[in-house]
Amino acid sequence: MGRYLFRLPDVGEGVTEAEIVAWHVKPGDKIREDDNLADVMTDKATVEMTSPVDGTVTAVHGDVGAMLAVGAVLVELEVEGEGNAASAPLPPAGGDGGGPDIVQAQPEPAPSKPSPSPSRKREGDEVASTRKSVALPRVDIPIGRKEAFAAPATRRRAHELGIPLQFVPGTGPGGRILPSDLDDFIAAGGMTRAPGGLAVRTGGEEIKIVGLRRRIAEKMQEAKRRIPHIAYVEEVDVTELEALRVAMNAKPAEGQPKLTLLPFLIRALVRALPDFPEVNARFDDDAGVLHTSEGVHVGIATQTPGGLMVPVVRHAEAMSLAELAREITRLSVAARDGSAKREELSGSTITITSLGPLGGIATTPVINHPEVAIIGPNKIVEKPVVQGPFVGVRKVMNISSSFDHRIVDGYDAALFIQELKRLIEHPALIFMGDGA
Amino acid sequence: MSKTLRPKVLVVGGGPGGYVAAIRAGQLGLETVLVEAERPGGTCLIKGCIPSKAIIHAAGLFEEMTRASSVAGHLGIRLETVPKLDLAATMRWKDGVVDKLTGGVAGLLRRAHVTVLNGWASFADAKSCAVETADGTVKIEPEHVILATGSVPVELPSMPFGGNILSSTEALSLTDLPRTLAVVGAGYIGLELGIAFAKLGVRVALVEVAERILPLYDEALTRPVADWLHKHDVEMHLQAKALGTSARGLDIETALSDRFTIPAEKILVTVGRKPRTEGWGLEKMAIEMEGRFIKIDERCATSTTNVWAIGDVTGEPMLAHRASAQGEMVAEIIAGKRRRFDPAAIPAICFTEPEIVSVGLDAPGEEHVVGQFPFMANGRALSMDAGDVGTFVRTIAEKNSGRIVGIQGVGKHISELAGEFVTLVEMGATLEDLAGIIHAHPTLGEATHESALKALGHAIHV
Repeated sequence: MGRYLFRLPDVGEGVTEAEIVAWHVKPGDKIREDDNLADVMTDKATVEMTSPVDGTVTAVHGDVGAMLAVGAVLVELEVEGEGNAASAPLPPAGGDGGGPDIVQAQPEPAPSKPSPSPSRKREGDEVASTRKSVALPRVDIPIGRKEAFAAPATRRRAHELGIPLQFVPGTGPGGRILPSDLDDFIAAGGMTRAPGGLAVRTGGEEIKIVGLRRRIAEKMQEAKRRIPHIAYVEEVDVTELEALRVAMNAKPAEGQPKLTLLPFLIRALVRALPDFPEVNARFDDDAGVLHTSEGVHVGIATQTPGGLMVPVVRHAEAMSLAELAREITRLSVAARDGSAKREELSGSTITITSLGPLGGIATTPVINHPEVAIIGPNKIVEKPVVQGPFVGVRKVMNISSSFDHRIVDGYDAALFIQELKRLIEHPALIFMGDGA
Repeated sequence: MSKTLRPKVLVVGGGPGGYVAAIRAGQLGLETVLVEAERPGGTCLIKGCIPSKAIIHAAGLFEEMTRASSVAGHLGIRLETVPKLDLAATMRWKDGVVDKLTGGVAGLLRRAHVTVLNGWASFADAKSCAVETADGTVKIEPEHVILATGSVPVELPSMPFGGNILSSTEALSLTDLPRTLAVVGAGYIGLELGIAFAKLGVRVALVEVAERILPLYDEALTRPVADWLHKHDVEMHLQAKALGTSARGLDIETALSDRFTIPAEKILVTVGRKPRTEGWGLEKMAIEMEGRFIKIDERCATSTTNVWAIGDVTGEPMLAHRASAQGEMVAEIIAGKRRRFDPAAIPAICFTEPEIVSVGLDAPGEEHVVGQFPFMANGRALSMDAGDVGTFVRTIAEKNSGRIVGIQGVGKHISELAGEFVTLVEMGATLEDLAGIIHAHPTLGEATHESALKALGHAIHV
């Protein structure tokens, strides 16, 4: 019998830590090779950690929600034969033997090696270095359950006071609402019914921000903190483009899916970007290096049940309208049903964010760090437009955009959007001398 | 002579719903009139729960004595002669119990300053009621009406009550024991009475349309009762229909379409109860119905302002304790309190042999954990000759919170555990709570404790 330490492997792209989002094993479980041990979440993808060996789980490290450094021990196993570690059990967790510790220093980044050995020896170094998530009492608050979980007298008192018990956090066993919980709720101003008047709403929930929502929060925070955004909005006449799109959909070429505006917009970007190389880029501001890209990798901001995700259309410059349409559909479905692979969720060089019919008249989109530009088409509306001596009805759409002002000057941003406008308003320009 | 009363509250019906509502209203200082055509007490006290429990008790005693008079004796007790039943005397004893209780209720009503009118109420509209009493007609124009008219046994069209065809009411007043009895309907009322008569030495046959007895309870709970019936030679005709009566007894048709006659001197029809909605002017009160029942909301308010309805007339479960709880609540609402009817569970009991108790959720799903403890492993049960095979307490809890959401059991004397079962569910106890409560030894309640330990994976005695 030997001891095998399963360490959080490098999950790619310079990721140095990952969040545990689900455990599939517990101490005592017998597992086979390739059984799923846990799900961890990196920047945007959830990755299944599968066991490389058969064995019995002897310990797991880190609660759901904990951040785990690459190379830290995730699972300890007992295996037939040698194993890969000394047989002395690990201390429970953390540096000085307490609960899982807060990471004091960032763990060593582990760029490429699958299982890096710690470069320095510290006491407890073998153990999962975890960062505790916001500590809330670990009870299931029965928010929204049909019947409240409380004794009859508590239910009666709450009803008399007009307090819906499902909004009162229970601290009793199993989340039971104790009389004192109701007292606390009232003391905290939770009364919801003004005598005789209209009801005052003072309920609220404590929602632990974990998983994808935490990723989004961190990402947005990072983008807004680091990047001085400059926003630019221009009105674009899409009458001709819409006519073309409608005509193409009315009599589709073989194998051509239904086209939305998005593939046309991407083709226009592909056409415009070579003249504005600094717009199609990633800015490593720590190193002070701008990495421009000839390939156009377009992130498509996508609303999923869990929140915002950005799957990436790679090498859009090499895709026809039909290919783009299919790829966008495939990626958004994958993002929504959670089957998107990690590499499909990273590596974009510019991002499009569109709210479709909810597009409004203008947005100030947040740049998908470390990119330098984001394009947000707004809603198409029919508008009276002055054309010479006449007023005509035209289909008009605003294009909102944000640029990293450190890289892109307002002047260049305006030039870029004006070029986009020129291409969209005269869609033939998009396709001239081009295989698409 | 005609006078008009204008009380704050008029309660129609003096059963466990109505009399409790009236007493509570009186306690709260509301001027209250209760109308009841019979004595106060209702079906429950006069011809239901209480008299049937008295007869069941007497029948149990008789059966034990009969066993003692057998050659083998019973627990070492041997009677020289067979016990003799004087059913008329048993009924007098039962009536004494009923009298004591109804007299008690009358006293309680008096003490709460409730005016009791003995007569039949009929409404001209929702707020005008006339009561024919021995002293003439009394008109009542109350501010609030509480309808608590209860329910009556359902008749089979082919076999109206009368003569040899009995409802539970007549069965509980027989003074001569029939030699044979056919029971149509193996719900809890039919089984309780059928078993009692079987214990008294009557040859009993049960006829039930469904596939098994007590179709509203799961099979594990009803199996010990079916075993008892089998062991005591009670004829069972399941999936069979009662067609009517003939000179010799009850004509039935079996699932295989065989028709034959069950010899029966008396036929007890217990195919359910229906709300009493006729004969008192309900149709003139413009009250919305829900099927056969009066439609009420969670405050027992009907569709007409200040007209309330409680108990059997409002729907299932038709149980006295539900009616009482509703009655108490409505009185408090009328007195200005904010209330609603939101029990976590309403316990249901079958006083069969053995007894069945069901509280709360009884069909566990994937999200539940179940712990079951057999009475065979309970010292007190064995010492009372109550450790029958197949009898148990079963606790159902939510897996993630441990919260107990249902407790059921089957076993002798288990009805007395209903209080603990429903308390645990109402108080939101978890399995750990129940496991942490010291239960007195030796008592049947230890089985409840052990069922929680079982659900937690560490029962001691199994």
